[in-house]
Order: sequence, then structure tokens, then C-alpha cells
Amino acid sequence: MNKTYDNRAWFLVLPVFLVVAFSAIIPLVTVVNYSVQDIFGPGERYFVGLEWFREVLRDTRLHEALWRQFLFSGLVLLIEIPLGVAIALMMPRRSGWAASLALVLLALPLLIPWNVIGTIWIIFTRPDIGLLGYAVNSAGIPFDHTAAPLDAWITVMLMEVWHWTPLVALLAYAGLRAIPEAYYQAARIDGASDWAVFRYIQLPKMRGVLTIAVLLRFMDSFLIYAEPFVLTGGGPGNSTTFLSIHLVKIAVGQFDLGPAAAFSIIYFLIVLLFSWVFYQVLQRVGTGDRR
Amino acid sequence: MARIEFKQLAHTYRADPRGLEDYALKPMNQVWRDGGAYALLGPSGCGKTTLLNIISGLLQPTAGRVYFDGVDVTERPTAQRNIAQVFQFPVIYDTMTVFDNLAFPLRNRRVPEPEVKRTVERVAEMLELGAELRRRARGLSADAKQKISLGRGLVRSDVAAILFDEPLTVIDPHLKWTLRRKLKQIHQSLGLTLIYVTHDQTEALTFADEVVVMHDGRVLQSGTPQELFEAPAHKFVGHFVGSPGMNFLPCVLEADGARVDGVRIALPPDVVAKGRRAGGRFEIGVRPEALRLEAEPRNGAPRVRIEALAELGHYRIAAVRLGTHPLKVKLPEEQEPPRDAAYLCFTPALTRLYADGVLVG
Repeated sequence: MNKTYDNRAWFLVLPVFLVVAFSAIIPLVTVVNYSVQDIFGPGERYFVGLEWFREVLRDTRLHEALWRQFLFSGLVLLIEIPLGVAIALMMPRRSGWAASLALVLLALPLLIPWNVIGTIWIIFTRPDIGLLGYAVNSAGIPFDHTAAPLDAWITVMLMEVWHWTPLVALLAYAGLRAIPEAYYQAARIDGASDWAVFRYIQLPKMRGVLTIAVLLRFMDSFLIYAEPFVLTGGGPGNSTTFLSIHLVKIAVGQFDLGPAAAFSIIYFLIVLLFSWVFYQVLQRVGTGDRR
Repeated sequence: MARIEFKQLAHTYRADPRGLEDYALKPMNQVWRDGGAYALLGPSGCGKTTLLNIISGLLQPTAGRVYFDGVDVTERPTAQRNIAQVFQFPVIYDTMTVFDNLAFPLRNRRVPEPEVKRTVERVAEMLELGAELRRRARGLSADAKQKISLGRGLVRSDVAAILFDEPLTVIDPHLKWTLRRKLKQIHQSLGLTLIYVTHDQTEALTFADEVVVMHDGRVLQSGTPQELFEAPAHKFVGHFVGSPGMNFLPCVLEADGARVDGVRIALPPDVVAKGRRAGGRFEIGVRPEALRLEAEPRNGAPRVRIEALAELGHYRIAAVRLGTHPLKVKLPEEQEPPRDAAYLCFTPALTRLYADGVLVG
């Protein structure tokens, strides 16, 4: 058999390769490059191996930021996913003006630039002029996110839930709308309760969109930067310094490019690992597949 | 089991119906015998599914009442009607096993678990699902899923009727036949009332004892497959049932028969008399199967031109022209097809007269 090889076909994938190279591979390799060198200036650099990784992993500030970050993302998922599903269930099932109105109102927070969201919440929660801050303080509860760590956390969580729950609700609503009417009719004939309809029809049929929602919300909340940076700047103290805020302090504030690069790679691997775990679990839970 | 009766039943999906044309179901009275196997036949959009959903209570009729065994159930919700329904696309509960799927209607009604187990196993046996009971329902084939949908109806001991809404649409052709036979078996052994919606006449004619033909929200005819075939009550039924459909020829009535473009067609005197009383526009209706083509003229058979011949395996369909009117004639396989022209013979017993589209005799 004489096979002829025509390698010109590779040129067809060249554009994609170039785009991916410039958008992902080259920047990532640059970071790897920085993470194993100590750079003093152009032409003045030394190979240090895994030294930066060791230093970063011993950094207690980073440990604190990491646990803070897990707590934050965990709360985000625990609040936003059930709340988003609940909102989607309450939305009108048939399309009409009511559904359109609900969709527009829901989508509003998603249309606002992220740093503007931080600014909105600074003003909204200010004890002297902010609607929420003033109201809560007038009710006799002292509330100031610039002074009390707990108040700062509550404000950041409120802002995050307000900002991103609509996305979960929209995804869940899309999932609900895709369920054929026959399922609801069959459930009525089978005498199923509302809970059974939710548990055995709606929830399983939302598996796909909820997987996407969990992944998006986990990744986004784990990488959150702009909104808390504008709102609290990571304070008071370090109480709302999340991983990316800490990272920016090292990289831009102290200009420690080596440790910052090492930190970035660890950060990336954590996000990748957890996204993979979530995806695997959500694809299999309740399906009886055990692989 | 139950006898289902409609009294002056009508339904419209509009909030402000202006007239009868806005009604998806025109006012009707209809009785479904206890233990009967009915097929509801009609083109898409004729109101079949609406009618089914009214029986199962998924829809509230705009007007009229529904009775099960003489009890008015019009206001009763679906869950209390003891109706099972199988939909066009199999509805299964993805995350459950086959067993749990079949047990679902019983568990919702708080049936004790030992009885659930007994019933589910009996029904699974009947549907040949016994081997799959422990499997997840998700990975099964379409026909197995459709059997599960049917099984969820059969597990309930109190079921009055099982409604099928084009249940074989997504099933492979070679499995359709097996599944249909299974349905017939179940019908014979359990004696349930079955109502089977379809737009496929083969399915309707092979499945049912009685076929109900619907068109545009009305029941046009209800009868055995033979009745539908030999004496369609309405022109639409003649067209819709049979392949190809019935031939219709505009005619004028004479003393001893009808005349089509100068050709005389014999009719019994009582039919002619009834036709005169009915009045209106007359047509002769005759099935392609009730016509013959002869090479020699006999008994004044008219000469027709043959325009086309279609080979359909074990028979042929000839398209001929009688005067200005096109006709289809079914030729048996063994007959040598005549060329160009032949003589057309009618079977008097199967030649029908219609006035304004309605059967006279």
C-alpha cells in the first residue's frame, strides 16, 4: 500500500493554533519562566528552581487568603445556586409580558461594569448617606464595612449575591423552559406532589445548566477581584483580602514577580482541580454511573 | 374500567370565541364503551389530543360534561380520575431505576411497599421488562421507555381507561408491530378501555375494534374498520381512510341511477329515492378496490383512457380518466395491465352516493 501524506492540511489549523498560542500558551509559559528565576533587571537574572514555590507555600498571609477564598466561594455556591433555582421556579412558566419583564429585571445587575458595582455598594452601605447603611444604623444596629470585618463580609456577600444570583436564575430558567409539557402532564397523572415533580423531573432536567452555573460561579468567585477591591480594598485589616487581591499586592505592589508567578501557577492549578472535581461529581450524581 | 360519556362537550383555547370556527372541539355527544379498543384517527390539528386531554382532565372543557360510569367527573383533577396516559415521546423519570419508575404512581398514592413490589413485578413480567427492573431508566431504548410509560398506567389497579397519544411515533418500524401486538394482548387480558390517538390509518385499523374519525373538531364517523372502508359516512373519511383514498365523481341523479359526464352508473332504487329527498350536490364515491378494468366492453362499461400506472409491489394503481374526471383503480397483481384504454366496471354493492359530501346510501 502506498500512502500519500499531504501535510498541507496542517495549515488549516494554523489560525486557531496562533490564536491559542497568543491568548493562552505564551502568557502561561512566560509565567512559568518567571516562577523559576530571580529577576533583578534586564539581563540580570538567576535560575532559582522551585525556591519561589517553597517560599509562597510557607507564606502565612497566603494561607489565610486561601482559606478566606474557600469560605467565600463555598458561601457563594451555597447561597446562589439554591436561591437562583428558587427564583427560576417562581418565574412565569409561559412566555408573555410577565416573563419578559422578570427576565429584564433579573438581567439588570449583570449589565453593570464590575467596578461600578463596587462603587454602587460603597455608596449604598455608607452609614452617613447610604440608603442601606443609614437605615440599618438608624434601626439601632451599628453597621460600617470600613471598620468591622463582619460588616465588610456581609457587604461583600450581599453584593456578590445581588450581582450574580441572576445569572444562576437565568440558566436555571432556561433549563426549566426546556422541559416538555408532557412531563408535567405525566406527573399529574401519576399523582406526583409538587416536591416530587421538583425532585424527579425539574432537578434532573436542570443538571446540565446547573453544572454550568456551579462551574461559572465557582471559577468567577474564586477569581473575584474588582468588586471587593473597589468596595473594601481587602480590608479592614486583611479581612477581605482574597487570593487575587493578595496576588496583585505581591506582583504590582511589591513587584516580586517570581513569587507572584509561582503563586499564579498554584492558583491556576487549584481552580482547574476544583472545576474538574465539580464537573465529574455533577455529571454523575444520581445517574447510577460509577466510573 | 369505565364507560366514558360526553354530553354536549366542546372546547376552545380562545378566551373570546366569536363562533363555532374558534372551537377546537365542536359540541359533541360520544360514548366510549367499557372495555372497548378505540382508535381516534384524524389529521394533525383536528382536535384528537384536545379530546384526550379532556378525558384525562389535563384540560377543562369550555362546555359540556364528562361522565365515567354515569358519574360526572368534569371538575375532578387528573390525579383523581383513574386515567393513564401514554404520550408521544416517552416520559420517564431519568434518575430512577425501571422498578422505581413503575412504582412511582403507587408510592405517590401511599400503597404499602409489599403490594408495590408484587404489582410492579407482575406488570414488568407482562411487558417483558423483568430483566431490566434494576437498571436506570435513562439508558434504555425508546421502545423500552415507552413500555415503562405504559407500565406506569398498568400498575394502578383502579385504572378506568388508558389513553395513548400517538405512542409509536418515536419507535423503530420493526418494533412498532411487536409493541402494537403487546397492546392488543394487554387489552384482551385486562379488558381495559383503550383510546388510541393516531394519524396513521394502518395503526388505527389494525389496533381498534372501533375507529373514530375526526376532522376539524368534529367526529365524522365512528365504526369498525370495515364500515369505514366500505361505507364512509363523509367524503373526508373516504379520502382519509384507504390508500389511495376513495374516488369521487360529480354526477346528476336519474330515474334508475346516476350519470357522470354522460356515462350511466347503476344505483339501487332506494338510494336514488333517498338522494332525491336529501337534495344538494351529488357525487358518486367508489373505492379503487371496487373498480375493475376489462379489456372487452361488457354491459355498457364505459371506455377510459389510462394515464399512468404505478407499481406498488403486489398490486398496481392505474390512474385513468372517465370523461373529464380522474380516477384511481387498484389492479390485482396477476392481471396483465391493459394498454392506453380499457373498459371500467363498477361493483354495484360498493358504489356509494353522496349528497353535499355526506353519505346517502
